[in-house]
Amino acid sequence: MKPSPLHPSPLKALLAAAALACAAIAPVAHAATPAEQLAGYTAQAGAPAVPARGQQFFNTRHGREWSCASCHGALPTQAGKHASTGKSISALAPAFNPERFTDTAKTEKWFRRNCNDVAGRECTAAEKADVLSWLLALKR
Amino acid sequence: MSFRFPSLSTKVLFGVLATICATQAAMADGDRRMVPLLPQYKQECAACHLAYPPGMLPAASWKRVMAGLPKHYGTDASLDPATVKELSTWLGANAGTYKRVSEEPPQDRITTSSWFERKHREVAPDTWKRAAIGSRANCAACHTRADKGDFDEDNVRIPK
Repeated sequence: MKPSPLHPSPLKALLAAAALACAAIAPVAHAATPAEQLAGYTAQAGAPAVPARGQQFFNTRHGREWSCASCHGALPTQAGKHASTGKSISALAPAFNPERFTDTAKTEKWFRRNCNDVAGRECTAAEKADVLSWLLALKR
Repeated sequence: MSFRFPSLSTKVLFGVLATICATQAAMADGDRRMVPLLPQYKQECAACHLAYPPGMLPAASWKRVMAGLPKHYGTDASLDPATVKELSTWLGANAGTYKRVSEEPPQDRITTSSWFERKHREVAPDTWKRAAIGSRANCAACHTRADKGDFDEDNVRIPK
């Protein structure tokens, strides 16, 4: 008997959800592409990312002295400059710096610290998804 | 007998002089004898600023710096506990012990230490404000080989 076409699909969805959950929980460094990390944040947020909203978040202040752009530049396709030390910061957009967003632990570390500096709190999954989707939309 | 005492005394004197000279050389060129940087230290700390040679602060200062990473000179530089422990151990073992850094500078800032002030007394206040410099923490703006641990005056190029 031919298996019902309905069966594989829920199973696949369950496996995908489990994989995403594992990726989100695991505290150790995991190699992942920027697109995979965006998919993870989008799944956590439960809604599609909006690049324009990410750009807005990135370039505005959130009650503190700095915005993301203060160090990364308004268009992070080129090197930025640390707002207090002056040290050069390599481009943040993955198309211009292939090392960016390739390690989930590193991504989480920097979102945690920088959101704390910029917004005085951790960012939501939706905010991370929005920002990352905008960064991924910046093409050469 | 009468020769022995002066001879011993001379030896001791030479020993003391040699020690003083060595110490002074170390003080003048303290940064040239920089210990190799722990890769983890470089990776974590040099993301935002130069990987400052551990010998530029005394152990007590490094201890406070590492205990206060979530509020690190106005920014959140927090790290996971295992990394904090690893870096703290290494910084403690390689902290400055020679005279000029034995003093704990105000706010545990290298740039507020008296030796830093003395070394940079010829730099005009306006120079520090230049766009390419921006901050006293930005050693590499003028010390062209700072990332190699070389702070020799000969390699200083002050940007216009």
